[in-house]
Amino acid sequence: MSLLELDGVKVHFPVKKGILFDRTVGHVYAVDGVSLKVEAGQTYGLVGESGCGKTTLGRGVLRLVDITDGEVVFDGTDLAKLPEEEMRRYRRRLQMVFQDPLGSLNPRQNIESILSEGMAAHGIGKDQDERREKIKEILAKVGLPTNALSRYPHEFSGGQRQRIGIARALVLEPDVIICDEPVSALDVSVQAQVINLLEELQESLGLTYLVIAHDLAVVRHISDVIGVMYLGSLVEEAPSDALYAGPKHPYTKALMSAVPVPDPEVEDRRERILLQGDLPSPANPPAGCRFHTRCPWAQDKCAVERPVLTDVGDGHKVACHFAAEIEAGELELTRPTGIEAVVSTEAVASQEAEVEDAAPEPASKVPAQAPAPKGEDAEHEAPADEDGAPATDGDAAAAESADADADGDPSESGADADAPEPDASAKKAGRTA
Amino acid sequence: MALLSVEELSVTFTAKGRKDATAVDGVSFDVDQGQVVGLVGESGCGKSVTSLALMGLLPNKGVKIGGRAVFDGQDLLSMSPRKLRDMRGSKLAMIFQDPLSSLNPVVPIGVQVTEILERHRGLKGEAARKEAAHLLDRVGIPDPSRRLKEYPHQLSGGMRQRALIAMAVACAPRLLIADEPTTALDVTIQAQILELLKELVDQEGTALLMITHDLGVVAGICDQVNVLYAGRAVESAGRRELFAHPTHPYAHGLLGSIPRLDAPRGEPLSPIRGSINDRIAWADGCAFAPRCDRYTMECLTGTPELTEPRAAGHQVRCVNPVLPKSKAEVSA
Ligand SMILES: Nc1ncnc2c1ncn2[C@@H]1O[C@H](COP(=O)(O)OP(=O)(O)OP(=O)(O)O)[C@@H](O)[C@H]1O
Ligand SMILES: Nc1ncnc2c1ncn2[C@@H]1O[C@H](COP(=O)(O)OP(=O)(O)OP(=O)(O)O)[C@@H](O)[C@H]1O
Ligand code: SF4
Ligand code: SF4
Ligand SMILES: [Mg+2]
Ligand SMILES: [Mg+2]
Repeated sequence: MSLLELDGVKVHFPVKKGILFDRTVGHVYAVDGVSLKVEAGQTYGLVGESGCGKTTLGRGVLRLVDITDGEVVFDGTDLAKLPEEEMRRYRRRLQMVFQDPLGSLNPRQNIESILSEGMAAHGIGKDQDERREKIKEILAKVGLPTNALSRYPHEFSGGQRQRIGIARALVLEPDVIICDEPVSALDVSVQAQVINLLEELQESLGLTYLVIAHDLAVVRHISDVIGVMYLGSLVEEAPSDALYAGPKHPYTKALMSAVPVPDPEVEDRRERILLQGDLPSPANPPAGCRFHTRCPWAQDKCAVERPVLTDVGDGHKVACHFAAEIEAGELELTRPTGIEAVVSTEAVASQEAEVEDAAPEPASKVPAQAPAPKGEDAEHEAPADEDGAPATDGDAAAAESADADADGDPSESGADADAPEPDASAKKAGRTA
Repeated sequence: MALLSVEELSVTFTAKGRKDATAVDGVSFDVDQGQVVGLVGESGCGKSVTSLALMGLLPNKGVKIGGRAVFDGQDLLSMSPRKLRDMRGSKLAMIFQDPLSSLNPVVPIGVQVTEILERHRGLKGEAARKEAAHLLDRVGIPDPSRRLKEYPHQLSGGMRQRALIAMAVACAPRLLIADEPTTALDVTIQAQILELLKELVDQEGTALLMITHDLGVVAGICDQVNVLYAGRAVESAGRRELFAHPTHPYAHGLLGSIPRLDAPRGEPLSPIRGSINDRIAWADGCAFAPRCDRYTMECLTGTPELTEPRAAGHQVRCVNPVLPKSKAEVSA
């Protein structure tokens, strides 16, 4: 049996309206029926774009949000139905590492206090001395100096803070660590340090990871099995290498083709599937296949019937009615995918060759007439009508903005230095003034 | 002659009661007509400050700017604010990472676009509206006439970035500066936006200064690449040359530390040790020395010069560059 098994997990957030927010007018279908298994000592990587429900799923496993439906079976026990007191015992064994290391560490607590808090709560170590010894041991494991104990979070770099977050999980001796975007807030040169650390710790401590990330390259690097999420559910799941070698779901194909590779030779030769339109809102997901509003191969059936995740052999699962036909090249494209479309039919291949003859660097066609994605939040009412809205005076705003900046805290950096295009900067001026 | 030629640009923030902070410390690079030039580096290396200095958008108090930035024959850094403002929006335009904060939230997209057309191209009324719709269509915004009436919050992140690009290219600028234009976007949307930028460069001959921390984005779009470290360019070369032969230990290390989608699983990453905070001032030596595996005492005797140890035009600021082993070394 797997250490952690999710079966049909749903997390729906009610959307409330009314003066007292007492009327439920709909739901955000953040996680909408996810089943997956995480094997002991392995890493399951969950990948998907912003808002697809990755974090919510992770929080659901820890019962930090209420699970609407489904089972979360950890070591034989269904956590979803456990009373809160009993859940507490399991919390120690399931830990989470967060994306934003600074935001998740209390700035007023020193490292010793941050790390011993959870230990005391779970009754680890008989006194603070014993806990301190344990903490020192873990700090060494995550590559932090012992003198870190008396220091505060702001005294550390981003990578070191993430090590503190990992240490905070480790002192509780968990079985499973859920890592939510463990490296996405870190500098490129520091990401590898944390990735290597996670891998070393897994090796030496036999940890099981559920890694949640939007970066497919990171996920592929550290995961044994990868699940690809789109709008609240899994569209494909496969062993890491198999997924890379042969993605079967149209969304996975597009996602994979969109990930930039730091190698011009590869970039120039890659076949790219450009998706049209945007992600629909999870409050109003499309009927049928959730991906049908953007899928280059969508058929009539796709708008009606929701495909289920099906094993197509060797542990490769895919949720698409037409995966087999697409793979065999038997299905016509129903939407353009940009010039670099990858379809294994001769017709398209020769067409591509022609274009290449015509111009060595073919200008790609970003279709101007992309069909409007359905289900995006177009229902909003405009805050004011055109005449009623205050007009901008771009130049005045820009001048004001510059002055305001000059008076502002000079230590403020990056974000604030990103002054807006002066031609449209009334908001910025208002904010900084 | 290059369209933009930046020479020894430096920006120092001076504030009372604080040590002066040099954010950009002698950056030089050229951008040719129709060329895509990348400025790549980690957070805090001075990418945004460089672009803001070029656009004249840094505060005028508490900032010291040095060097030259000759654009179309004129030095942007010493130009009068009025002249620079005319230049911006007509010959020079910029797009930012966060499209929402660069758009006015209470003004419909259409009004924001037509305003630019009125001011810089003298179009009026219906003509301006028509051109605005054409521009939105040009950048791939579906149903442009409807979108023109909408407010920024009604557009998705990708649509907002498209709208911003439409505004930036409204006056057919000769140089477009894009500061992390896709960092806030999902990768499938990023691919759309990058494709759009490539198309603009190809078709309009616009030069593009692409600022990013993502070496993958650079590999896909830039002709010429400048790698920045702690406010200085440490390596610059054509994109194929740079990625095939990263020669500065930092650039070399960076490429070895990135998980690549196409790398077989299990291939270990070789991280660079420490963080960007571990550095020395360029005036004292190589800022990368505290993190560098190759450093020698020579690295601590003043700023290393730019040399071309591997190929003509491939500039490297390092006294012990990463070069193929010579025969003598191999046999020894
Ligand atoms: N407490 C909440 N109440 C209402 N909606 C929520 C809540 N938490 C999350 N959501 C919504 O659920 C959806 C999924 O969010 P989630 O944070 O899980 O996405 P994600 O995949 O982690 O995205 P990201 O990559 O941006 O972190 C989003 O549309 C989000 O707005
Ligand atoms: N107004 C300011 N006053 C003082 N220091 C500043 C100011 N703006 C930026 N800096 C500093 O200048 C350095 C360079 O900042 P910059 O914003 O150019 O970095 P960046 O390369 O764009 O980084 P990122 O990738 O995070 O956007 C940083 O150390 C920053 O703290
Ligand atoms: S089910 Fe239809 S819409 Fe969904 S991915 Fe498959 S082909 Fe595309
Ligand atoms: S100059 Fe010295 S310290 Fe700097 S990168 Fe080269 S070898 Fe390393
Ligand atoms: Mg998340
Ligand atoms: Mg920046």
